Amino acid sequence: MANSWKEWEKPVLDLEDGVAKLKQLADKETDAVKRQALEARVEEFEKRIEHFLQVRYSRLGPWEQVLLARAEPRPYTLDYISAIFTDFTELDGDRRFGQDHAIVAGPARLDGKAVMIVGHQKGRNIQDRAYRNFAMAKPEGYRKAIRMFEMAERFQMPVVTFIDTPAADPGVESESRGISEAIAASMLKMFELTVPIVSVVIGEGGSGGAIGIAIANKVMMQEHAVYSVIPPEGCAAILWRDPMKKAQAAAALKLTSDSALELGLIEQVLPEPFGGAHRQPVEAAQTVKTEVLTAFTELSSLTPQELREHRYNRFRGFGHVLGL
Amino acid sequence: MPLRKASAPNPNFIQCKGCKKTLFVADFEANLRVCPNCDHHHRLTWQQRVEVTFDIDSFKEYDADLYSGDPLEFPEYEEKYLQSQTKTGQKDSLVSGTARIDGQLISTAIADFNFMGGSMGSVNGEKVARALERGVELQCPVVIFCSSGGARMQEGLLSLMQMAKTTAAVDRCRQNGIPYISVFTDPTMAGVLASYASIADVILAEPKALVGFAGARVSAQAQVLKIPDDFQTAEFVYRVGMLDKIVHRKEMKATLGDLCSMLGHNLTEVKS
Repeated sequence: MANSWKEWEKPVLDLEDGVAKLKQLADKETDAVKRQALEARVEEFEKRIEHFLQVRYSRLGPWEQVLLARAEPRPYTLDYISAIFTDFTELDGDRRFGQDHAIVAGPARLDGKAVMIVGHQKGRNIQDRAYRNFAMAKPEGYRKAIRMFEMAERFQMPVVTFIDTPAADPGVESESRGISEAIAASMLKMFELTVPIVSVVIGEGGSGGAIGIAIANKVMMQEHAVYSVIPPEGCAAILWRDPMKKAQAAAALKLTSDSALELGLIEQVLPEPFGGAHRQPVEAAQTVKTEVLTAFTELSSLTPQELREHRYNRFRGFGHVLGL
Repeated sequence: MPLRKASAPNPNFIQCKGCKKTLFVADFEANLRVCPNCDHHHRLTWQQRVEVTFDIDSFKEYDADLYSGDPLEFPEYEEKYLQSQTKTGQKDSLVSGTARIDGQLISTAIADFNFMGGSMGSVNGEKVARALERGVELQCPVVIFCSSGGARMQEGLLSLMQMAKTTAAVDRCRQNGIPYISVFTDPTMAGVLASYASIADVILAEPKALVGFAGARVSAQAQVLKIPDDFQTAEFVYRVGMLDKIVHRKEMKATLGDLCSMLGHNLTEVKS
């Protein structure tokens, strides 16, 4: 069982290393024949990389999807914001207690049109991870989100949320300041809005921490994102008293984008470039942008009251209930 | 020497889960299953809750036939589900309906911890949402007794969505001026606490009930901070301003009755 996405990417990384070296050699080579031969080798290697990625990524298991959703090079919320929107102006503070950098928020322009953005933000290096609290938001984060949702309503701006969190912050401080109430109040606020809301799960959709800002008219998941009621490790520990059974738990929880679509809990899976969004971030962001724009166009036929009603109906219908 | 035969437990006595003192069952029951010695509030089944809270014979169950399939074909779920049904005689982890408190109609839902830890899956969520919306339909206050370990893992993402669904139903009550009171009973945790339970107009709790978002061990690991002695008890949650009142079981009916009649003063019950 893999413990990191790097394990299956190792051969690719080695091949890519080789390609880079061959290219260098080819550039320096003055003999036209030898140069051509080197270039042919490069092409062959590139084909092999592509083939490997296609084969490997078409048969990732649920646990591998979890590792990929958590992979450090994956684009994060701020990466998508800078690739998709213009004029993003980050706003901060819950006006109640404090600052929370696990959630970023603020207005931006999407193809010239003003929208409000709220999303979880992970960090890439040690300092950044600590600064972002591993994208585990505290009550202040959700209360900041509520402020933004209220502003979106006041100024009639469509809302985009990006979901990428392992969970809400479980610490003593967060309990003391009402993390449960903050999550519930954020969901409630989103139900009240009469502007269109679109949510995109771009990495980890971690239980309450995720759904707290994912009450949208349309919810999409990137191909390699996951969305789950509990992390596989926690599920394995509780059900089988063995955190090592995380791969089995990942399979049982049906947490992949395909499963969520099959269960009817999301509207769309956004395809990623071969080998994941981090291999072709520009392409990945373009797909997200196109689909978010399409979603807003679809929703534009609804009146403000209909949008609220649509969101209510979307979630009210969720559940597998028999004996009705 | 022959082995001494273990004596069967005397049905007239029970040991308090708080102070461990042996109590007369008759006294214990007459005291609403609260220890007369240490005041420990023992967990109630939904039937006991109905008995100690509502007017005699006023409870009418709704949606009793709803049950869950196994949408994820989750390992061992079906067996556990059937076992719980046999053990409790219920279809799922929550019972809902209408009842009266001092003659006033209320819509209610009561979670039962004995059924898979009161966990919220599709059926539990559906019944909570219906109980809230029944308040709108019948123009009466809604009272929900929470008792749950959280969302039901075995229904995966469907369970997570129940947090949103029940919140949507709370929104309906708010839009329609229907008062909603939630009561935290031991234990009220995780996905239930982080959805409909925490956004009631008024939140009450039974003394010493366990109330929290993450398991205490998780919280401890997450931080080097010292954990307060009363961490994740109703008293702690009250102290930090997240609930209105801790109410002794003996006072619960009167408190609910007063709140429902005052907050619901503008409502005219719809005759069903």
